[in-house]
Amino acid sequence: MSDTYSQLVNNPVGGFVAKNLGLPRPVELDRYEPGAPLIDGRVLVGAAPGGRCGEAVAAVLAEAGTPVDSRLDDGVREALGTASIDAGIWNDEAPGAQRWKALVFDATGIPSSARLRELWSFFHPAIRRLEPSGRLIVIGSPPGDCDDPAEATAQRALEGFVRSAGKEVRYGATAQLLQVAPGAEGRLGSSLRFFLSPRSAYVSGQVARIGAGRDVPAVDRDLPLHGKVALVTGASRGIGSAIANVLARDGAHVVGLDVPALADDLERVVEPIGGSAIVADITAADAPETICDALEREHGGVDIVVHNAGVTRDKTLAGMDAERWELVIAINLSAEERINAELLARDGLLREDGRIVCVSSMSGIAGNAGQTNYATSKAGVIGMVEAMAPALAARAATINAVAPGFIETQMTAAMPIGPREAGRRMNSLSQGGLPVDVAETIAWLAAPDSTGLNGNAIRVCGQSLIGA
Amino acid sequence: MAAKRQTAVVFGSNRIPFARQNGPYARASNQDMLTTALDGLLERTGIAGERLGEVAGGAVLKHSRDFNLTRESLLGTRISPDTPAYDVGQACGTGLETAILVANKIALGQIESGIACGVDTTSDAPIAVNEDLRAILLELNAARSNVDRLRTLARLRPGQLVPEIPRNAEPRTGLSMGEHTAIMAREWGITRLAQDELAAASHQHLGAAYDEGFEADLVSPYLGLERDQNLRPESTVEKLAKLKPVFGGEDGTMTAGNSTPLSDGAAAVLLGTEEWGERHGLTALARFVDAETAAVDYVGGREGLLMAPAYAVPRLLDRQGLKLQDFDLYEIHEAFAAQVLCTLAAWEDPVFCKERLGRDAPLGSIDRDKLNVRGGSLAAGHPFAATGGRIVGNLAKLLSERGGGRGLISICAAGGQGVVAILEK
Repeated sequence: MSDTYSQLVNNPVGGFVAKNLGLPRPVELDRYEPGAPLIDGRVLVGAAPGGRCGEAVAAVLAEAGTPVDSRLDDGVREALGTASIDAGIWNDEAPGAQRWKALVFDATGIPSSARLRELWSFFHPAIRRLEPSGRLIVIGSPPGDCDDPAEATAQRALEGFVRSAGKEVRYGATAQLLQVAPGAEGRLGSSLRFFLSPRSAYVSGQVARIGAGRDVPAVDRDLPLHGKVALVTGASRGIGSAIANVLARDGAHVVGLDVPALADDLERVVEPIGGSAIVADITAADAPETICDALEREHGGVDIVVHNAGVTRDKTLAGMDAERWELVIAINLSAEERINAELLARDGLLREDGRIVCVSSMSGIAGNAGQTNYATSKAGVIGMVEAMAPALAARAATINAVAPGFIETQMTAAMPIGPREAGRRMNSLSQGGLPVDVAETIAWLAAPDSTGLNGNAIRVCGQSLIGA
Repeated sequence: MAAKRQTAVVFGSNRIPFARQNGPYARASNQDMLTTALDGLLERTGIAGERLGEVAGGAVLKHSRDFNLTRESLLGTRISPDTPAYDVGQACGTGLETAILVANKIALGQIESGIACGVDTTSDAPIAVNEDLRAILLELNAARSNVDRLRTLARLRPGQLVPEIPRNAEPRTGLSMGEHTAIMAREWGITRLAQDELAAASHQHLGAAYDEGFEADLVSPYLGLERDQNLRPESTVEKLAKLKPVFGGEDGTMTAGNSTPLSDGAAAVLLGTEEWGERHGLTALARFVDAETAAVDYVGGREGLLMAPAYAVPRLLDRQGLKLQDFDLYEIHEAFAAQVLCTLAAWEDPVFCKERLGRDAPLGSIDRDKLNVRGGSLAAGHPFAATGGRIVGNLAKLLSERGGGRGLISICAAGGQGVVAILEK
């Protein structure tokens, strides 16, 4: 799984060669360590006049004790002052040597295309001052929630800005757009924290929609999933094992699930984290019932369900037999649908503030030759998430998807070198992600205070060149 | 019987033109300059021979022989020798602080009249003996036998002959005032252009003040100097832009043009009760209403060295029930253009006003057309303890000329201090 190229360009000679040949130069990304501060550096904040989210941004930064700067004439200083942040001042006409770990701009006040210039004004002088593994975050409104077509146009335009900025920022920095529905400003916190922190290391160029949600009790920042029961399918290896570990680290009791053939591997994952195991084949006709019975009996319910189990059976469509097709659809999509159906059929089994997170794939968004079956199943997962979101909201719960790109696993290690190197480099971060990057993203969506996120599909792909 | 509360008023002021370091006043002592300024004030106000309540004065850089500088200077003037005097020291706030002291005694009814004054020379600066040599000389003085004396003298070394020269640096940080201000300028994002604009305006305003005769009854020529030596009325932003930064490193924004030069000079102000003035045929120019001093913890870097006035003014406003905008004139001492601009920015900043001042709303901005309308220290120069007298005299005359109004004085001082006051007509 070692990324030899990354190691090569991160030594002085290799770095010199790569620089002069114009080759990609991946940097080692900052990743979360328990107990570390939210973000390791200063944050420059700004707001277009009339922005709605200044207070929510200030609240997050104040709680984290993050050092903050803004322009002196920026209206956001009112909110910073109210939040008791002794914010420094930055003037791009007297810039000094200032550097930031994150640039956060509240663009919700932008009502028309002419005012998109506010984006330029804020980011143009500051973008080169972003530190390695920096964060560029734009906060906007969901265009669908804008009554005025001019406002909807401008807000939709933010997406193009963020996706391009994500491709311009260097040294492991990322860019995101957080679309906060009017009235949902108070729900911004969990997403802003995730995208500021190293937890979002391999997520870039993404749009997260944050809606109304509901009030939840205060969350322990070190153990946000404390007291939660989390079912993780396909937990015995790779990404599944990382998910189990991260959810446990965040305080959840993890119930790992895998097929009988991997029971020993599963035990090796759940045992050290004090979790439990369910050994089942999710495609079996009685699997949903067996799983739900076990959850009910052993844990009195479940808070988090992570549909991670999945397989590939790659062949071009012309050469693909029906068995390959059936197996992939059955495991990757139908099983999830059937488990969800049983889960929701049982009153109260998925507890209040329940979270379902499904693992989709970049293939499901972009398509991939040889993966008609797989991409069909993974696009179906996104469809399921979108379709079920209202029903989950009605039960005070949410359902979201993550779509991993090139993640360094045993599966990718077995790939031929050509496709593997292409997969690793063809993204804004010029490297593959780690299983923990997917797991962190799932943990964010699974957190109780992520109540505003419902029906989202977030890619964990380092802003891959493939796909939207 | 308790003394009656009085209102202190300003009757007039006098100063000598301010000279640059090692300029025309290179050989003038503090006592020479202060005596001259005081005599000029007597002449202007016609109170020679009069016994006054007191004379309060001071100098920031002072020879040890000048332990009683103000009293000694007074004895060289035509003020009645029956007038008591004392020295005051609060760095660059000294001049204004003397006015506060005299005005307060007048307000309390303890005295009816007094002079507030200040002087400084950076040319005729005190040079002290090296600390090691001083220790040896003190021991020598204390020695009781010749053997002891010889033993002590044997410890003399050539290096001990290097003198101690006063430095324009904060003792606790080792940074010069300019370097401290460069830190403030960077923290507040003050541009070179904004500083140069303020400096050019200062020169242009003071130049006009001389041309229009405004300074005629404020300044008396001395040693061949009729105007402030530092004054460049033809100063422009374009010319100032050519100067190299002197503080804050290569990309610093502070130059010799937007920082005050080391200067020599003296100033004095006559205060008293209105009743006392009437008895002496003097008309009040302005009332000395109230004053406030503040200090900040600059040593730990929690606040900029020269930010104390930003704290003093709001406290004074609150006590007087005034808003920052309730003034017709603002006299903010231009130690450095950046100091003035940092102060104004701080009052406009919701974060500073909430976090540092504990106020719900910012103090807001001021009408820049009311700021230092007859120039400031950047043009006139800044002989430390003389600046307060220059500003009080200047503002009192401005208020008197306009026939009414209210003016704010703000002066920053070394040691993280600030002295501010309100004058009204």
